[in-house]
Amino acid sequence: MTRHRPGLTLPSEIAEAVHSINPSTSRRGFLKASGALFISAYLGVNPTGRALAQAASGSAGPYPIPDYRQLDTWIVIHPDNTATFHVGKTDGGQGTGTAYRQMMCDELDIAYDRAVLIMGNTDITPDQGGSGGSDGIEVDGWPMRRTAAEARRVLLELASDSLDTPVAELTVNNGTVSVVSNSSRSVTYAELIGGRRFDVTLTGDNINQTRGLADVKPVQDLRVIGQSLPRYDIPAKVDGSLTWAVDVKLPGMVHARNVRPPVAGATLASVDEASVSGLPGFVAVVRRRNYLAVVFEREEQAINGARALRAEWTPPAEAAFPRSADLFDFMRVQTPTSSSRTVITGDPDAAFAVAARVLEADYEVPFQGHTAIGPAHALADPSNGLMTIYSNDMKIYGLRLGVARFLAMPEDRVRAIYMDGPQVYGRTAADDVGFEAAFLAKELGRPVRVQWSRDEETAWDTKGPAYTFRMRGALDATGRPVAIEYEARSLDYNHVGYNEPDTVLIAQLMGLRPAQPAQGGAALPSSQYGIEHQRMVGHVVSLPMIWETPLRCGNLRDPNGPQVTYAFEAFIDEMATAANADPVEFRLSMIEDSTEDALFRKARSLATVRAAAESYGWDNRPSPNPLMAAASSPIVNGRGIAYTFRSGTVVAIIADVEVNRETGRIFVRRLVCAHDCGLVINPMGMKYTVECGMLHGLSRALWEEVRFDNEKVTSVDWASHPTLRHSDTPESIEVIIVNGDPNPDRPDMPHYGAGEACHKPMIAAVANAFHDATGVRLRRVPFRPESVLEALRQQIS
Amino acid sequence: MISLSINGTNHDVDVEASTPLLYVLRNDLDFKGPRFGCGLAQCGACTVLVDGVATRSCVTPVSAVRGQITTLEGLARNGRLDPLQQAWIDEQVPQCGYCQNGQILTARALLNANPNPTDSEIRAGMEGVLCRCMSYYRIQAAIKRAAGQSTAAFYNASPAAAKSGVTT
Ligand code: FES
Ligand code: FES
Repeated sequence: MTRHRPGLTLPSEIAEAVHSINPSTSRRGFLKASGALFISAYLGVNPTGRALAQAASGSAGPYPIPDYRQLDTWIVIHPDNTATFHVGKTDGGQGTGTAYRQMMCDELDIAYDRAVLIMGNTDITPDQGGSGGSDGIEVDGWPMRRTAAEARRVLLELASDSLDTPVAELTVNNGTVSVVSNSSRSVTYAELIGGRRFDVTLTGDNINQTRGLADVKPVQDLRVIGQSLPRYDIPAKVDGSLTWAVDVKLPGMVHARNVRPPVAGATLASVDEASVSGLPGFVAVVRRRNYLAVVFEREEQAINGARALRAEWTPPAEAAFPRSADLFDFMRVQTPTSSSRTVITGDPDAAFAVAARVLEADYEVPFQGHTAIGPAHALADPSNGLMTIYSNDMKIYGLRLGVARFLAMPEDRVRAIYMDGPQVYGRTAADDVGFEAAFLAKELGRPVRVQWSRDEETAWDTKGPAYTFRMRGALDATGRPVAIEYEARSLDYNHVGYNEPDTVLIAQLMGLRPAQPAQGGAALPSSQYGIEHQRMVGHVVSLPMIWETPLRCGNLRDPNGPQVTYAFEAFIDEMATAANADPVEFRLSMIEDSTEDALFRKARSLATVRAAAESYGWDNRPSPNPLMAAASSPIVNGRGIAYTFRSGTVVAIIADVEVNRETGRIFVRRLVCAHDCGLVINPMGMKYTVECGMLHGLSRALWEEVRFDNEKVTSVDWASHPTLRHSDTPESIEVIIVNGDPNPDRPDMPHYGAGEACHKPMIAAVANAFHDATGVRLRRVPFRPESVLEALRQQIS
Repeated sequence: MISLSINGTNHDVDVEASTPLLYVLRNDLDFKGPRFGCGLAQCGACTVLVDGVATRSCVTPVSAVRGQITTLEGLARNGRLDPLQQAWIDEQVPQCGYCQNGQILTARALLNANPNPTDSEIRAGMEGVLCRCMSYYRIQAAIKRAAGQSTAAFYNASPAAAKSGVTT
């Protein structure tokens, strides 16, 4: 029989970071007490502590901002001839950590299993902005490659001295430099610099430009990049040994729960502390204006305390927002608060006036949430007048800076440490909760862990913005598309800030707010179609309540892409049907007509659409499928394509759906995705992330919608806010890696992003496949059975 | 004092009888496998096995537990991963991985009751375990990969478990 006590539990790399960076907060015995898991067990090496100690030496303050212009900030070589890489990113589970390590190992010429990678510790790793925009590989991978290449160059020069041989006559293999003509003459990286500093200053006006004198390797020389190595983080996620941000415990730690306004915009009139102060474990009720939290010794006590607390709230005089059922009508009649530049090509009015056929359609996408599987959480430690926040926030550097400003602490007194957590896919309550934990920790002078509840997360987390669209298209007498008009309406991004402490929920509830919302939203389509006459514009409108509202927009996986691409690609499909054209051929001929070819996207788009069609086994015919129209069975089948690009990545998805016309259920049997993201760092990791990104898009297509009445969100848990489930999983998913570059072997092949591009056309692919099966257009997301039945009924009537 | 048998070891805890098992496991006993996702028996993140039956610890009062508890960290035997865990690694299942505790343990309960499930039995058996990264396709592949390998039930399933495999 054993009796456990809560102890300090941190992964070794983070625990050692705590020691080595700041001896004043060092807690000896920390690791022993923890019985913690050693991530290094999976890596074969554990050089991390030394690496961090070295990285920290010479630091100016308690938690200095790492200098990206110092090579030592990025790379440490240890006496055992292993390396540690420091990068300013986070990995939400897409395997980017493994990919970064592959890139840096390749350029440094060290075996993959002789290196570890540390991400998102704000006082150790350089500020690469955390994660977002699927740009980790596309943008941030370059300074990683260049700094590793520079380290290799410096090591070769040291070896040249040591071996008294010109660099040109040396070769490197897994961290050992040897003379080409006499391999017995060799020296290891460790012998050259192990445990010591490079002291090499890099150049570059910003972190993305960071470089030394060395160039990266040509593609032909890469060996680790391109390998489907298994992700290093998976074993510990499967055997239960990983310490997540939710697992960190500190001595004296207490548990807090927020108490939210019962309706949006309510004012807290009074709090009856006596209603909970007698409960076991009571620590405090903390109130600032409309921010309210309870703090207890134990977690379940805090949950009960938050329920038991009696508080008087005064509802606002005006309705906070229209009901979700009325949202689109509301958005269509508002005067925009801002508009994009109207992009006009040719003379669309003249083209519409003489067109043989004009089509019009409206599309609608509701608010959709991030709704992480694990609600927002953070732990803040205020020991020694400093502040350490343990968090899974992917904008971990923004969290540090924002909290420092929010609490009026010097920035070098605050640090944020990224640890694994439930997926966030954008700007979420993971931002908010770090501020809350830090605020409460400072107030109470004790480590405070804040955990949001399920309904709090689903209701109050940031949302992807709702959209309405009006599309018009014109065909000439031969069925050729001659003009297209796109007009979108969306909502402002009032909670999208990065460093600004007044954009988070706690600040808003305390009465702090920016002068105006971020405009964001109302994006234009990523079109590669050579339609001669075009007009495109996006407008932003506001809801009545902008601040302190649960309907606050924050980036959600490709923030506007799924909405915009749904309207655009579904309408292109409508035009193809009107032209009696095959949907693949119709798209290919419009891409052929394009005069735009940035990043060789024209050739790559043609290759990608063709690869999808070929892998699927697409037979040429217009939609809808005439066989289905005649079918008597309730089950009909259809196929649909959607194509788009995101930054440099081009993607085409074909969905094969089965529709039950009696129940309204859509089942996607098969997905084929052709994906050109240039040089692929880890094909297996990329494919699996694309699978999941597509299914996330499918969840948004079939199920997800934030619902609300005039004063509060009413979709608050997994019953009222359904999501994709096992039974919705396609029977087959194929991801085809395409290299459509006109010069596919070029040595400087860029690596573009993945994860969001494949998410973007998914809703359109499903809608187009549904039409192929039924002859009916679905013009409002999501396609739940009741809306599908309604759409089918309208066709009959 | 409440006594719990977890992964073959007995633990005494001094907590309110109504405390959900999840918080006792996580906060008093430092287990990290079971995780908070909803507290409403809706998602499966908090799953543990009780005598081989998948049980949602977020809604199970600690005093109501009768039987042997197995958590994710107790699934390996004699230094060997459960065939399902190995399949999870071979198929590279997780994205973020937060839900995978519930996925793996529910799959274990499913295979205990039905060592060779059909595709539709896998879908039905796993239906109540949510993944917001949408790793479902790989999860199902991993279950199929492991299914043939589990010749004998890894744990002694109770009669109830043998019938349903899963409780929520
Ligand atoms: S946390 Fe227990 S089922 Fe969701
Ligand atoms: S892997 Fe992230 S929630 Fe399932």
